[in-house]
Amino acid sequence: MAFNIIKTGTPHHKAMKFSSMVLVLMIPVFLLTIAPLMGEQREFVLSKLEQPLYALIVAVTFTVGLLHFKSGVQVLIEDYVHGKMTKVWINVTIALSYTLIGLTLFALFKIMI
Amino acid sequence: MGNFSKHMDDFNMSTSKSDQRPLSPHLSVYKWQLHAITSILTRITGNALIVGVILFIGWLLAAATSESHYQIVNGIISSWLGKLVLIGSLWALWYHSLAGIRHLIWDHAVWLDINKSRLLGWFVVFGSFALTFVTILFV
Repeated sequence: MAFNIIKTGTPHHKAMKFSSMVLVLMIPVFLLTIAPLMGEQREFVLSKLEQPLYALIVAVTFTVGLLHFKSGVQVLIEDYVHGKMTKVWINVTIALSYTLIGLTLFALFKIMI
Repeated sequence: MGNFSKHMDDFNMSTSKSDQRPLSPHLSVYKWQLHAITSILTRITGNALIVGVILFIGWLLAAATSESHYQIVNGIISSWLGKLVLIGSLWALWYHSLAGIRHLIWDHAVWLDINKSRLLGWFVVFGSFALTFVTILFV
């Protein structure tokens, strides 16, 4: 059944492995630098996120993370949804993932400029 | 290969509700095992994290937009419900990360035997709570 949808198995697995390894590094960095900003004053938050390093941490973590999510949810959908709806739901989650990546990058640009 | 998969699609399409036959019981009869629980928890935490992701992106966009927007979102995440969601997301993040590392270890075809993999499993479970606790203290 999987052949019909992704038409690939090995590249999917490789993508998951690679994104996992990137995230193992990025998540602690994110938790140490960005997570503490939640709940703080806006000026303080902006002063940090304006800096390229902070913006880059958010950008990389969320881009790689959301692509990891996209591939992971695909497996979930294939397991529980059968027939024509499989492709529909996978396309929905692909759209959602890329939209969220776009929103993250948009917000970061807006803060930097 | 292409013809085979097209045929499989037709088969699924033609199976109406009245044709579906009963499955033999599994969750209701099989004893719960660590590997089974860690596996489904990995899936659940990974997918549930989208909630935390959307929350963060909402917060980021609010910060980028204006002070009034920021106050609203900041208020939401600072409320007791918001804090609960954030702490839950943090635990889910650590659990999923440790479980992922367990999979990356297995990918090298090591520690696959029952005792080692069980040990890894307990590391994942206890480690997730410990790391959540540590993160809350320092962050």
